[in-house]
Amino acid sequence: MPYEEVQHTADWCLRVWAADLPSLFVEAARGMNALSGARQTPGLLTRRTFESAAPDPESLLVSFLSELVYAAEQEHLVFDNFKVEVDGQKVKIEMGGTPLASVDKTIKAVTYHNLHIRRTERGLEAEIVFDV
Amino acid sequence: MITIQDLTRISDHEWEIPKTFRSDMRVPVRLFATRELLEQIMGDKSLEQAVNAATLPGLVGHVVVMPDMHQGYGFPIGGVAATKFPQGVVSPGGIGYDINCGVRLLASSIEAEAAAPEMNTLANLLNKYCPSGVGVEGVVHVNVPELERVMREGARWARKNGFANETDLAHTEEGGCIEGANAAKVSDRAKARGREQIGSVGAGNHFVEVDVVEAIFDLETARAFGLYAGCLVAQIHCGSRGLGHQVCTDYVQEFQGAVRRYGIVLPDRELVCAPMDSPEGQAYLGAMRAAANFAFANRQILAHSIRRAFEETFAGKEKGWHLSQVYDICHNMGKLEIHEVDGERIKVCVHRKGATRAFGPGSPSLPPEYQQTGQPVLVPGSMGTASWVLAGTEESMLRSFGSSCHGAGRTMSRAKAKHDVRGEDLRRGLEERGIHIRAGSMSGLAEEAPQAYKDVDAVVETVTAVGIARKVARLRPLAVIKG
Repeated sequence: MPYEEVQHTADWCLRVWAADLPSLFVEAARGMNALSGARQTPGLLTRRTFESAAPDPESLLVSFLSELVYAAEQEHLVFDNFKVEVDGQKVKIEMGGTPLASVDKTIKAVTYHNLHIRRTERGLEAEIVFDV
Repeated sequence: MITIQDLTRISDHEWEIPKTFRSDMRVPVRLFATRELLEQIMGDKSLEQAVNAATLPGLVGHVVVMPDMHQGYGFPIGGVAATKFPQGVVSPGGIGYDINCGVRLLASSIEAEAAAPEMNTLANLLNKYCPSGVGVEGVVHVNVPELERVMREGARWARKNGFANETDLAHTEEGGCIEGANAAKVSDRAKARGREQIGSVGAGNHFVEVDVVEAIFDLETARAFGLYAGCLVAQIHCGSRGLGHQVCTDYVQEFQGAVRRYGIVLPDRELVCAPMDSPEGQAYLGAMRAAANFAFANRQILAHSIRRAFEETFAGKEKGWHLSQVYDICHNMGKLEIHEVDGERIKVCVHRKGATRAFGPGSPSLPPEYQQTGQPVLVPGSMGTASWVLAGTEESMLRSFGSSCHGAGRTMSRAKAKHDVRGEDLRRGLEERGIHIRAGSMSGLAEEAPQAYKDVDAVVETVTAVGIARKVARLRPLAVIKG
């Protein structure tokens, strides 16, 4: 799995890496789902498109993950299937998901704390801190 | 990396990181801690976060950090920072996602010994009437126009709707309603998240708890607060639920652009801010106050639910089952207050992120019955140890922008707590010690294990030694309801 939990005193921190930016978005979403222990209800596939524009990829990533936080809490949906297109300062993501059966713990917000998408030997890497 | 050599020791309980430590600091950082607590604090990145917070434009005095300090995001938890009004900035990250997270304390004259046979019933009823946990709805659902009234009126809305009495309002910070709330600056998403969550505890470290007043340290003040040794009290710890989280999410996103527009350079993007007198700053202040009022209403409805549980458990069996409100405090807030800085009384925005207002005797913000004592300062500990009731002092007005600690403070990461502690074992251990536990999630319970927290007594010893609060009573948990 291209993500791992990092020690954080008060909240949760996820380190995620991938070959390119679209893959980083996908793995960050999957890592966030894994961290919260989201379980899906089979069937009843929901599809939607998420689009956002921002001056930097970190803001696009926070917007995207915040969208998933909202969908989980308010619509009880968990998305795990993504087709991501990043074009400069815009992102378009085709998402597929199913109703949320349960979670172990709610992620309440996605923060910008020390969020830098940087190039490492593993490709692109970021650490994302979640408020829980 | 900050080492102990970078700190100047002021006294056994006070340290400073001078402004010269880093070129972008605008004010020094003042830390209240014993050497032992300081060493615990240095186990995470909270001091780096305090130094980062000291770079905000418009800061005055010091960034003050409390002994329960620990790592957060952007600001450290346990941080207090004051910016000069109106040109200084307001930083949503310096207030936190759970806007007006706070604590409410209700007191009874039910003797804990006599109540012991009923504690299981009481815990069950509290668990039933105070919804907690992941994705759980509150006991009151409102439409958007009514929600906007909640955001304007706070606990006064609860009073109008039969969920509060006048003493509840008088014994709530700001009377349970912060002026200047602007529901129009709260997004539709935030409103959607809040509409069905009024009267719910939520998850994380939030709880409803029944305690016994184990020890009294100041009899006169305890009487003024309505606290009696050996009697039951109830605590609520929660905030503005999804509504507040969405407000903060929206404005941290919005302020990413504001810092560019105002030429503000920061070491961490979570610290983004805008001048208070800018359109962005004004919009956030209005939305933040609306979320704060929602939180006041939320805790008020929970207080009503707790009273219902006490009535069903004790009415006709115990005298004195009525619960009177000691106080309701905010510990994630930004408030415009007047403070003396360098000999001059000025208006500042005090950001308290995991810090409690602790106004001393004579403050015009306090009701007549607390004029002599100072404000009740509520310091919940972990579910297996103790909580404290302190009183605010004049010293806190001079040294910490009228603030004190807000809890024990974490010392262990959530990941390590989950790894080291089995929730079921913890629950059994606490039950064996006579603490009734109702928890929605065993892994969530494990994350909140007492060993994940600092020694709350050491935290309280520090703030009382410094003089920013004084001891009134110590509480021991008997029943804990968590999400």
